[in-house]
Amino acid sequence: MQRYSGFSLVKHALSHHENWQRHWRNPTPKKEYDVIIVGGGGHGLATAYYLAKQHGITNVAVIEKGWLGGGNTARNTTIVRSNYLWDESAALYEHSMKLWEGLSQDLNYNVMFSQRGVLNLGHTLQDMRDIQRRVHANRLNGIDGEVVTPAQIKEIEPALDTSERARYPILGASWQPRGGVARHDAVAWGFARGADARGVDLLQQTEVTGFKILDGKVVGVHTNRGDIGARTVGCVTAGNSGVLAKMAGFQLPVESHPLQALVSEPLKPILNTVTMSNHVHGYISQSDKGDLVIGAGIDGYLGYGQRGSFSVVEHTLQAIIEMFPMFSRVRMNRQWGGIVDTTPDACPIISKTPVQGLFFNCGWGTGGFKATPGSGNVFAWTLAHGQAHPIAAPFSIDRFRTGALIDEHGAAGVAH
Amino acid sequence: MFHIYCPYCAEYREEEEFHPKGQAHIARPADPTATSDDTWGEYLFFRDNPRGVHHELWVHAVGCRKFFNITRDTRSYAILETYRMGDQPSVTAESMILAERDAECGVTSTATMQGVPS
Repeated sequence: MQRYSGFSLVKHALSHHENWQRHWRNPTPKKEYDVIIVGGGGHGLATAYYLAKQHGITNVAVIEKGWLGGGNTARNTTIVRSNYLWDESAALYEHSMKLWEGLSQDLNYNVMFSQRGVLNLGHTLQDMRDIQRRVHANRLNGIDGEVVTPAQIKEIEPALDTSERARYPILGASWQPRGGVARHDAVAWGFARGADARGVDLLQQTEVTGFKILDGKVVGVHTNRGDIGARTVGCVTAGNSGVLAKMAGFQLPVESHPLQALVSEPLKPILNTVTMSNHVHGYISQSDKGDLVIGAGIDGYLGYGQRGSFSVVEHTLQAIIEMFPMFSRVRMNRQWGGIVDTTPDACPIISKTPVQGLFFNCGWGTGGFKATPGSGNVFAWTLAHGQAHPIAAPFSIDRFRTGALIDEHGAAGVAH
Repeated sequence: MFHIYCPYCAEYREEEEFHPKGQAHIARPADPTATSDDTWGEYLFFRDNPRGVHHELWVHAVGCRKFFNITRDTRSYAILETYRMGDQPSVTAESMILAERDAECGVTSTATMQGVPS
């Protein structure tokens, strides 16, 4: 792998930047691999990267029906934080946060991780009680966070309407300074390049059409480019997880919904941080390009259409204007939808399945991007050892039968 | 934006009047105390989540406030029919496949718009 550095930039300037290596190969599928990962988004590519890097398993294929990072990895609002309420999810997202903090160096690829901080606003007394509880829980788990007053919020984010005139006045917020945003495409590309350099085959335009199962054990997959064998298969297919589970002959406690986001025309720097509000229900940050990046809730109905309702766009922008009245005349530039796989307890599933050798990493719902490195890291461990990583163990599919749910609904940044 | 025909109001209304309530036709186990954890868990949490024809429960929340069913394609979002509680769908994944086959053979199909007077 060609390493990137200031020196290489100068060197390639001399040849007009025409001799840079391709990021990854475009290999023909082999007959058999040690591990197949279905889904070439951020989580799948991160899994392949950590399998190769930390477990020395390099005979791996990532099978992607479209192009790398073309699903929800390309369709989210890139927010990274780890201030989750429960011990299980706090451990998982903080594991991810620690990996984010060294990710650009580790990958030798600038993922533009910017720890500009995340505000979660409270507008009611109950909001503030929940925020205090969550911040205290975070600090007990070694996660940074503090409860801030409207005056402190005004200093952090002057554009926010912290006055008492607002329809839903801001009473305070939780503040996680280590939270922030990252460049979504770079995350997928960085992991893809790192995995490819260690020998992983990235098979794009290859669609899994079924699983080869013998005596309850997975032995490979059927694809539109022929059958490929493997004793271990990991599915990381977000919104399409239910479809793949059906191919393997079982159901998941997952429903797929459209989640929309939109960006405005580029503006001069105006926002310092990421602002989220559960109560008025919207979240916003500003990209390095200057666009306001805005998101809110899912459409309530099932959908695979990668688009959503206009009524949701309207509600989202109402929330943004409530928080930032000065944005009322900003024009929106683009809008898109991703298909998120939501679980009943708003926590992911990283788990064995009824089929031996077949593992699923899904159910990330509306907040998977922040977990990309951590999810890949613990899922790679799980695939390499054939059993759940200690951090992943509570996220087994069995919790929907035993009742040991991890109810993160109240602690999510917004109420999905 | 959906334009939904409420089978009780017998009118088309805008999507904002309704709330989706998930998969329809899920039977509650008759004797919960005698039901195993597995069966109860599956009843509560496990869903078909199909990419295609889906029968789902909706409520006309700011209209007549009655629950009813919609058969909808989760890819195209086309509403194939709406029908009252207790009724069975006339459009299913299987009937859609047959209708497509008929269409290919040049037979006019009536299966797709049943229950949705225009």
